[in-house]
Amino acid sequence: MNPDIDTRTAATAPASGRFQRLEEKREATTPSAAGAKRVRLKGLHAYYGAEHAVKGVDLDFEPGKVTAMIGPSGCGKSTLVRCINRMHEEIVGARAEGEVLLDDLDVYAPEVDVVAVRRVVGMVFQKPNPFPTMSIFDNVAAGLRLTGARGSSLTERVERSLRAAGLWEEVKDRLRSPGIGLSGGQQQRLCIARTIAVEPEVILMDEPCSALDPVATLKIEELISELKLRYTIVIVTHNMQQAARVADKTAFMLSGEMVEFGPTNTIFTKPDDPRTEQYVTGKFG
Amino acid sequence: MAVEAPPSPVVPNGRSVLERPLAARLPDRLLKWTLTALAAGILVLIAFFFIRLILEADPALSRFGVFGFAFDGNWDVSRSIYGAMPLVAGTLITSAIALLIGVPVAIATAVFVTELCPRRLRGPLTITVELLAAVPSVVYGLWGVFVLVPHLKGAEQWFGRTFDFLPFVGPDVPGPNYFIAGLILAIMIVPIVSAISREVISTVPVEQKEAALALGATRWEMIRTAVLPYSRSGITGAAMLGLGRAIGETIAVTLVIGNAPVIGHTIFSQGYTLAAVIANEFGEAANNELHRASLIAAGLVLFVLTLLVNVAARAFVVRGERGRRGGASAPLTATAGAGV
Amino acid sequence: MGAAAIIPPLSSRRRRTDKAARGLLAAGTLLAVIPLVLVLYYLIEKGAGAISWHFFSTDPTGSFLGDPGGIKSALLGTIEMVALATAVAVPIGIGVALYLVEFGRGGRFAGVVRYFVDVMTGVPSIVFGLFVYITLVIGFGGSGYAGWKGSVALGLLMLPVVIRSSEVVLLLVPDALREAALALGAPRWRIVARIVLPSALPGLITGSLLAVARAAGETAPLLFTSAVVFGTTFSLNGRMNSLPIQIFNDVGQAQDRLVERAWGSALTLVALVLVLTLIARLFARRSRFS
Repeated sequence: MNPDIDTRTAATAPASGRFQRLEEKREATTPSAAGAKRVRLKGLHAYYGAEHAVKGVDLDFEPGKVTAMIGPSGCGKSTLVRCINRMHEEIVGARAEGEVLLDDLDVYAPEVDVVAVRRVVGMVFQKPNPFPTMSIFDNVAAGLRLTGARGSSLTERVERSLRAAGLWEEVKDRLRSPGIGLSGGQQQRLCIARTIAVEPEVILMDEPCSALDPVATLKIEELISELKLRYTIVIVTHNMQQAARVADKTAFMLSGEMVEFGPTNTIFTKPDDPRTEQYVTGKFG
Repeated sequence: MAVEAPPSPVVPNGRSVLERPLAARLPDRLLKWTLTALAAGILVLIAFFFIRLILEADPALSRFGVFGFAFDGNWDVSRSIYGAMPLVAGTLITSAIALLIGVPVAIATAVFVTELCPRRLRGPLTITVELLAAVPSVVYGLWGVFVLVPHLKGAEQWFGRTFDFLPFVGPDVPGPNYFIAGLILAIMIVPIVSAISREVISTVPVEQKEAALALGATRWEMIRTAVLPYSRSGITGAAMLGLGRAIGETIAVTLVIGNAPVIGHTIFSQGYTLAAVIANEFGEAANNELHRASLIAAGLVLFVLTLLVNVAARAFVVRGERGRRGGASAPLTATAGAGV
Repeated sequence: MGAAAIIPPLSSRRRRTDKAARGLLAAGTLLAVIPLVLVLYYLIEKGAGAISWHFFSTDPTGSFLGDPGGIKSALLGTIEMVALATAVAVPIGIGVALYLVEFGRGGRFAGVVRYFVDVMTGVPSIVFGLFVYITLVIGFGGSGYAGWKGSVALGLLMLPVVIRSSEVVLLLVPDALREAALALGAPRWRIVARIVLPSALPGLITGSLLAVARAAGETAPLLFTSAVVFGTTFSLNGRMNSLPIQIFNDVGQAQDRLVERAWGSALTLVALVLVLTLIARLFARRSRFS
């Protein structure tokens, strides 16, 4: 693995200063499976107006691994995850405090542009939301076109993303047909393709399968297991079996607080905290 | 084990207690039939007026033929020749100018108010734009004649001289002209186009906008990717409703268009519209049957034109709502408030 | 630091486009607001001077020389004609809306009616004037111009507006209320009278007031229905003056004093319309279900 040449970063950065940045990259990157970023939360608080939804959470998301966030409705897991790509602040009256570190860089730092953060940290939503007026091709290309990608390199990257999302074979003959013409599961994979097309380092998934049938869910879970090799994946789920199937590590939240965090196996079989044990055995939630 | 139905309760005079006496049912029946009759009456009224219009316009239509009337380029009162082409042309020219100026402004306002402006400003801005609709047409006309016409003359002449090479542009600027009429019409249609566009834009699902933002789009890119394409049909419908309004506007136009029954050569020429001719010449046409019939025929053309535009417009707005809730279309109810 | 390596910054072109687009949209909004400011400014600047007690208490004299008079007959005429139009259009309009919501909901007939009412909202006001002219002025009665005929034209104008806005308001009354009353055995007419109408009342008033404001400002329908006359007439049976018509006529004159009167009348008319609109909005705020 050559940490000097990271084609993904080079492709999304302006041409000048590329070599200077490669130098810097050597110091900044920690050796990992494919250069995906480590995400660290330090003292993260999130508010909706006066309501304190996330209360001082410290958490570590490892690259090349899937971390699941579980907990009862309203515990703050979605809110927390939306703080990582700064979507939380899009809600009127919402704000966040604390640090969200991408490899030592706080995404909330004043010199960091929120739009740039979202390029590096992608998100897949609960309800598949392909752009209804766009074709399958245009949906995947949407993010790429924002940075001016065009022509054959664009087509190539769209194909690559669709393959990585496991959708290529099913749609390669109808790339120009509308994105919403696909089934629910296919639409979600289309959204995943759209997200990975812009080559993020981190992928956040907010209950990505809750609107899908079991067969589609399984396909996406397989996809997640493939994708984790190249990205840092955080998945919010209310389905504990899913967490057990898909996640390497699991964090359990309750009422805005992080109760317990550890390898998935441990959380589900020998949790430390009694509250965790009650939740995973279905006593509430 | 079969369960037997309980015996139905019977009252001494043989009727079941569950039946309501006639006296109690009557008011309901009466109410229902009265209201239904009212509703039906609306349809009858519209049909009736349409037929009467045709009948009264008949002297002119039979004299010139329907197409002769509509497409003849001469409206000459003194020689009793009535061709509506200059009127139709003037109507279309002023409406086109109104759309070109008013629709972009209205859409910009709608987008700004729903997506960009700070929350506190939203209410005041909305009300301000709606107040534009409250100003009566004759007041716009008055203002147009005594404020716009004199004050814009210099600018119009400059524009006409500088851009003389463009088609339809020339340096001659008599006071009132197509452009001023179009400009006032633009001001008058901004409220309706903006109100409906605003409604349509505010129904863009939040998931669409989030999808765009999550890809790393700037605010404008999000609007361009998720909001505007989604609202395309609805906004087109809004623009068409604005067109309908512009076509039918009478008083403000007749005061600032010069009322010349010719097709002008430049946007700064004087002209006439269907609505303006009716308002203007009705007085003198009172005793001249052909003239009067021609004016009514012009009214018929105007009526049909606005009907067609409105029907098409509503189809667009409803199409933009396809797949969402049924019942009274939300954007169209905005028209009720804006008084169109 | 390696900030740029970790999070590649936004290209300056995109940042500039974003700023420019936002600026353009704000500018467009400003463009929409400016005419209103200008109209109000000139109205006040040129019209305030004409306002006086004399202005409201004398009739226009119709003479070119000397005192042009005030607008008394115009103001009274507007009030009378609009009042009559309202008295007819509002009950009928609310009635049709009641039909659409209470009895015809979902039916095909109701759908057809609603569609045509919608289409009616787009008909130009001058066409309504023509309708009335054809049927009432030269038609059966053939009796010529009259104030009440102007009212009919205005009423036709108000009707679709009242129907549509009332329908929206009536639909907002929760079905749960109706169903609860039905379950208790209440007859339809009582539900309408005791539950639906009272709940919807503020909204209905708002819609009606907005229609009234609209009608008060209309000129075209009155041109050949009530026509114009200078003296104050209380009888709706003959020609009647009105504010919009008075303004329209004065604008056409080349005389300074008449033009000044036109500005004063316009200011009065706009003030009237604004007050009605404001009251309507106040009622909208008090509506329970908006």
